[in-house]
Amino acid sequence: MIPEFGQFALVVALVCALIQSTLPFIGAAKNIPAWISVARPAAQAQFISLAVSFACLVYVFIQNDFSVLYAAQNSNTKLPIEFRISAVWGAHEGSLLLWALTLGTWTYAVSVFSIKIPDVMIARVLGVMGIISIGFILFILMTSNPFTRIFPVPIEGRDLNPLLQDFGLIIHPPMLYMGYVGLSVAFAFAIAAMMAGRLDAAWARWSRPWTSIAWVFLTIGIALGSWWAYYELGWGGWWFWDPVENASFMPWLVATALIHSLAATEKRGVFKAWTVLLAVFAFSLSLLGTFLVRSGVLTSVHSFASDPERGLFILIFLILVVGSSLVLYAWRAPAIKSTSKFKFISKETALLLNNVLLVVAAGTILLGTLYPLVIDALSLGKISVGPPYFNSVFVPIMVPLVALMAIGVLIRWKEDNLQRMKKHLLTYFVISLALGLLGTWMMPSFTISSVIAITLAWWVVLNMSYHFMLRFKNKAVSWQGLKTIPRAIYGMHIAHIGIAVFTIGVTLTSAYSTEKDVMLTPGESYSLAGYDFKFAGSNRIVGPNYQGDRGHVTVTQDGNFIAKMEPEKRIYTVQRSPMTEAAIDAGITRDLFVAMGEPRGKDGGWALRLYHKPFIRWIWLGALIMSFGGLLAATDKRYRKAK
Amino acid sequence: MNKNFIKRLFFFLILVMQLPFTHASVEFRTFERPDLEARYNVMVDELRCLVCQNQNLKGSNSDLAKDMRNKVYEMIAAEKTNKEIVDYMVARYGDFVLYKPPFKSTTLLLWLGPLAFLLIAFITVIRVVKQRNQANALEELSDEEHQRAVKLLQPELLNKDDSA
Amino acid sequence: MLKLKFILPLIAFALLVALLFVGLSNDPRRVPSPLVGKPAPAFELPRLQDPNVTFSPEMLKGEVWLLNIWASWCSGCQVEHPVLNELAKQNLVSIVGFDYKDTNAQAKAWLAKLGNPYRLVVTDQKGLVGFDYGVYGVPETFFIDKKGIIRYKHIGPVSYKDLTEKIIPLIKALKAEP
Repeated sequence: MIPEFGQFALVVALVCALIQSTLPFIGAAKNIPAWISVARPAAQAQFISLAVSFACLVYVFIQNDFSVLYAAQNSNTKLPIEFRISAVWGAHEGSLLLWALTLGTWTYAVSVFSIKIPDVMIARVLGVMGIISIGFILFILMTSNPFTRIFPVPIEGRDLNPLLQDFGLIIHPPMLYMGYVGLSVAFAFAIAAMMAGRLDAAWARWSRPWTSIAWVFLTIGIALGSWWAYYELGWGGWWFWDPVENASFMPWLVATALIHSLAATEKRGVFKAWTVLLAVFAFSLSLLGTFLVRSGVLTSVHSFASDPERGLFILIFLILVVGSSLVLYAWRAPAIKSTSKFKFISKETALLLNNVLLVVAAGTILLGTLYPLVIDALSLGKISVGPPYFNSVFVPIMVPLVALMAIGVLIRWKEDNLQRMKKHLLTYFVISLALGLLGTWMMPSFTISSVIAITLAWWVVLNMSYHFMLRFKNKAVSWQGLKTIPRAIYGMHIAHIGIAVFTIGVTLTSAYSTEKDVMLTPGESYSLAGYDFKFAGSNRIVGPNYQGDRGHVTVTQDGNFIAKMEPEKRIYTVQRSPMTEAAIDAGITRDLFVAMGEPRGKDGGWALRLYHKPFIRWIWLGALIMSFGGLLAATDKRYRKAK
Repeated sequence: MNKNFIKRLFFFLILVMQLPFTHASVEFRTFERPDLEARYNVMVDELRCLVCQNQNLKGSNSDLAKDMRNKVYEMIAAEKTNKEIVDYMVARYGDFVLYKPPFKSTTLLLWLGPLAFLLIAFITVIRVVKQRNQANALEELSDEEHQRAVKLLQPELLNKDDSA
Repeated sequence: MLKLKFILPLIAFALLVALLFVGLSNDPRRVPSPLVGKPAPAFELPRLQDPNVTFSPEMLKGEVWLLNIWASWCSGCQVEHPVLNELAKQNLVSIVGFDYKDTNAQAKAWLAKLGNPYRLVVTDQKGLVGFDYGVYGVPETFFIDKKGIIRYKHIGPVSYKDLTEKIIPLIKALKAEP
């Protein structure tokens, strides 16, 4: 009964979405207040229906109802409860329902936190979001229904893929989806503004907090995915430029550009057309990502069971949504006039450069991701485009961007001159370079990338600090003074410093990681990067739905005890697949990583992989700092007041 | 033998091929010199496992990946150059096996694309900023000059607010 | 009125969509063989029925033949086997079985159970020769012409549809060549 009820709730949600996306639009066009006011309640009803539907699916999984095909394929009675719940979004159908629910959540939030925004505008915004909801709910009902039953009912489920039986699955997809889907809000605002013919600063001011929060979720979601892959997959990598990873990174890059563009539009009324286009672009990339993951068009470790039929549905949906937005853009954008002018040396130009570089980066990643498809479509064979390509084209774009970032914060709006800043910039450059060289000197070897990264990081930190301290130019730093500074200012500085931290993590770990595959018998040890790894042997272990071996490694440095590491090699009983659970000793300046390979010989020896990864945590730390900064900016008083 | 069966079978095959191979394998190898080891590590990082869902040789535990790694190891130990190893793999598996796409006529757009994007981007920025500057120049008339111009050209518009 | 720069995004999007549409009908996992058009790599492998006797591709120079890569552990091979049996009945070409990374006992049992369409079977237990042929998944079938050149590689199981639409016409075409 519950599964059918869940499916029924989906249909109810669809009806609500239909109402949400028709009456308010017509009401807005013909100025019928009654129809306009249908928007909020319809949106809220849609959310509740979706929540009920989702709850039904969760219930199915908790109760081990294997008469539901989706549960039979992805769960098992021996699966621990937390993974049984997260298994709900572990495969195609359920994750789509999560997507729809997330959209419902954002829709609900917009309907509740937008009292100060004119009803006509909100009607259109919710209308647009309603159309997207219709698309997804229809997709689920027509091609990917998680509530389909199966007869005869299997006694046991097929179990969740062991790789997914992890904390990562509990948080990564929900965060990521909150980000992806959240970009639909900015998109909806842009469409609504274009429809109304009102693309002034007000639109930008309303969109900003929504976009920032979506950006925060997306940042956290991507960082979680990277962190999860790192400790789960066991080969020390944290980013593979896999099509699905790229599908999440491209919207992030464009969303970053969007945030900056919205700031310029709100403050100075410039780049109105660009901002609209960016909002459309960002969400289009989200939808494109959905297409790429589920259509089977590209090979990826992340792909769900792919099906060209489903792919076609999403593609048509993509054409309708993005196509009509771009037609609307082509129609309305020419009439947009910017009300302000600016000189070559100005914050406006800096932001324009910033956005342009970000878009170029996103475009480059798109090119690399889709290129194999292009070659194949033209029957020119099959090629692969992987990390070597992406790393070599992406980094050169990012380096000038990070360098520019620091200057951009300092430049004034409308008109500035470099002379005024020249002495200061030069001084800070010299200091940063000196620190960069010093920092590199402390590293195991000399690399140019380390010099560049550390210099850049200090360049950013110094300039950010300087810019922040400008507020205290004529007075002493006081607690009172600090409290009066708007949150958004804190947020801005913190977010940019997060980028500096991230840069350090990425560069130093790439340049100085060391690893070694070794064969150790109990009692033997190996020395890597100054650490001694002593293997003490292994013992058999049994878990709730697996069994395996656990190794014992003691790590010392110059005789001092550092850590006891216990990697595991498991065989999950249902799917009979082997899995390594690496042991990681995490640290601020380095990670130590031990993974078990195969047992060798009769004397209890094992092949082990040892890693030393300096500063790798700074990658995710940087992302967290960025997100925190974004959160501060999004919750600034003026947005909370305006709601 | 309907379509549904084939679909499920294909899916099953994909699963069978994919399941056990989604995490790294650890192999103990000895190298005569550290530079050989370094070359080996780079090779297994940049070569693709054909049967996997987008993984390199280093990260895959599949049989074929093992064979390919063994071959790379063999060739490195025999002091073959990187180019020879790459050519060997490509002769058997095609360009698909390389994660770093070769620079040839079909990949020209791929390798030069980013540069082209950057160029277009910079040109666009310069043009946009110039445009705003042109407008600036036109508005450089002071209020007094503006009034004089209006007086001369269209006296009937005086005292009217003519902001366009 | 319709300035180019405002229509550009739409045009770019249209191109993208066209590409994705074509992509839907392509299989990204199907890797074409670079060996097509090149001579079949030479090898000398023991035969399944009598490991003391070996077989080399050059022994079949002058005739068109198929090299079918299979294994007893491969389920797709089980699916295509009846099709191969059917093809063998037609006496059009010799099919040489290539037992990849298998054990002789299991291979023999498998053939006994499912039928033997092969003129002869060679065994590549370590898979080293398979490597030379760019084998990446079983089953695969190579079409070799009279001059010993690989003319086509069929990836995956052979279906009845493939048989009538692609395989038999191709075999006939290759046989018609001098």
